[in-house]
Amino acid sequence: MIHWLILPIVLPAFIAPFIVLAARYQIGIQRVISVASMVALIVIALGLSWSASDGSILLYQLGDWAAPFGIVLVGDRLSTMMVLLAAVLALFVLLYAIGSKWDERGRHFHALFQFQIMGIMGAFLTGDLFNLFVFFEVLLIASYGLMIHAGGTVRLRAGVQYVLFNLLGSTLFLFALGAIYAETGTLNMADLAQRVQLIDEGATVGIRVAAVLLLMVFAIKAAVVPLHFWLPSSYAEAPAPVAALFAIMTKVGAYAIIRVYTLIFPPDLTVTAGLHGWWLLPAALVSLAIGMIGILAARHLDRLVAFAVIGSMGMVMVSIALFTPEGIGAALYYIVHSTLAAGALFLISDLARAGRANLDLTAQPPMAGANLTAAMFFVGAIAMAGLPPLSGFVGKLLILDASFDTPQMVWVWAIVLGASLISVVGFARAGSILFWKANSVAAPEDTPAVARPSALSYVAVGGLLALLVAHTVFAGPATTYTTAMAKQLFTPDAYMTTVLTSKGKMSDAKSQGDH
Amino acid sequence: MEILVASAIGILTAGGLYLVLRLRTFPVIMGISLLTYAVNVFLFASGRLTVGAPPILSDATTYTDPLPQALVLTAIVISFGMTAVVVMIALGAYLGGDDDHVDDPTPEDAA
Repeated sequence: MIHWLILPIVLPAFIAPFIVLAARYQIGIQRVISVASMVALIVIALGLSWSASDGSILLYQLGDWAAPFGIVLVGDRLSTMMVLLAAVLALFVLLYAIGSKWDERGRHFHALFQFQIMGIMGAFLTGDLFNLFVFFEVLLIASYGLMIHAGGTVRLRAGVQYVLFNLLGSTLFLFALGAIYAETGTLNMADLAQRVQLIDEGATVGIRVAAVLLLMVFAIKAAVVPLHFWLPSSYAEAPAPVAALFAIMTKVGAYAIIRVYTLIFPPDLTVTAGLHGWWLLPAALVSLAIGMIGILAARHLDRLVAFAVIGSMGMVMVSIALFTPEGIGAALYYIVHSTLAAGALFLISDLARAGRANLDLTAQPPMAGANLTAAMFFVGAIAMAGLPPLSGFVGKLLILDASFDTPQMVWVWAIVLGASLISVVGFARAGSILFWKANSVAAPEDTPAVARPSALSYVAVGGLLALLVAHTVFAGPATTYTTAMAKQLFTPDAYMTTVLTSKGKMSDAKSQGDH
Repeated sequence: MEILVASAIGILTAGGLYLVLRLRTFPVIMGISLLTYAVNVFLFASGRLTVGAPPILSDATTYTDPLPQALVLTAIVISFGMTAVVVMIALGAYLGGDDDHVDDPTPEDAA
């Protein structure tokens, strides 16, 4: 048993109370501890990814109780990769929050940030559906605090919407879990995968309802149309570093869909036949279209980026909804790209705030440090819109390629390509208004000079953009690895045997059956 | 017994959904509370309804499934905490903006 597997959850869980209790009034110490914890997390995540990269399944039985009686953490290629992605994004977001002094504008930023990371890591690593719910709640309750960080009426109001919508989502999640437990008598994912196959074909009503409910819950998290209405205003009103960190939260929904609908309800399962293609693909295509049209229609830069997130989630979901190894592989490549690009764009929109009255897309005098910000926006927009040479283009090609042999090919190609064109126009319009037209507006005489954003802010954004470039340059190895991940997801036998046959307390009970 | 529990869940859910669709925060939060009550009873019933049996394995032939009880306990704690959080945030938004609508403010309101 590898104890390393629980460290991504335990480390932030200890750091956060330490920050609150011991370093409450020393923002300097909080920053050092917080960054050190993120660096440590990246190292741990790298180690975990390395040990899972050969296809082995890492297993951690909490309290040494054997599955399905105890809760297990499972690390396969997919979950360790997501843990690594979350840790890397969190480090750069944290650096930006420190560089832009966002963390000083309210209390407990660093503690909440650590709790948020704990929830995200737990959601990626857990092998138990109810535990997934609990970690969803951990990450949500921390995100409520982060969302209203630094206060303000508009932000609080957006926060109310965000919390209410997610509370409804949690309630639905519980309904789904109750239905699944009533039907199968277990909530361990590997055990569920086996028991769902045993369900009689004549009595599938309950499990079908549960499967659709669960899909809805994850679709809320992933902001798939028509469940996306919470996203634009909450992401736009959240503090920029928090919105950038939230870029990974929509991916938690995508991850959960991939995990549950390849392991528990795989596409070839007769009990839930018809669920995958019929529901998910049209919704995903509409999200893609609405997100990209939203980019064109947005009147504020922060809303524009929020719609870009919806659009790129739509792209991810289109690829997932194919439910083929190629589709999932392409989706995983695109998830990494979309997380980094969305995070970078939210931070850039905050850079553009320097010296501007607001983020309305109107011509205003140039912001402080306009040249560098404009260059970064240019790179970020190219990546997000999916133009060559950056990884968005590679990802889109992979998705188009994956859908080539499917019957829905015409729809997927038409909407993906059309939406990309619209998003290019939208980003070009936003960039030219923000950065070019600014030169035609004279600044009023008495405006005080605004300092340009600190070097650390630029380093943080530049780091994310550099990672995007690296994701493009090393697209070959990356796609090989995502293909291996998808292959592992579609042959879950190793996952199930590792989880269910590993020795622990009570593991004899299963064979004897006398308990 | 079954019909009582089932209709209780149904009525709570219907009332909760109706309230959630209202425009102001107070009824919406009440609706969320009703929904969480409904889901708690639903989770409780997911381990089958058994009357007067202990939730532990013993020599007795009937026992209640203990797992849903643990799940409900977790769900109650979480929903209670979450409701408290949303009440605080909604109060903050109301006192700050003198307006307790849950929808986005129109541009005229915000100005």
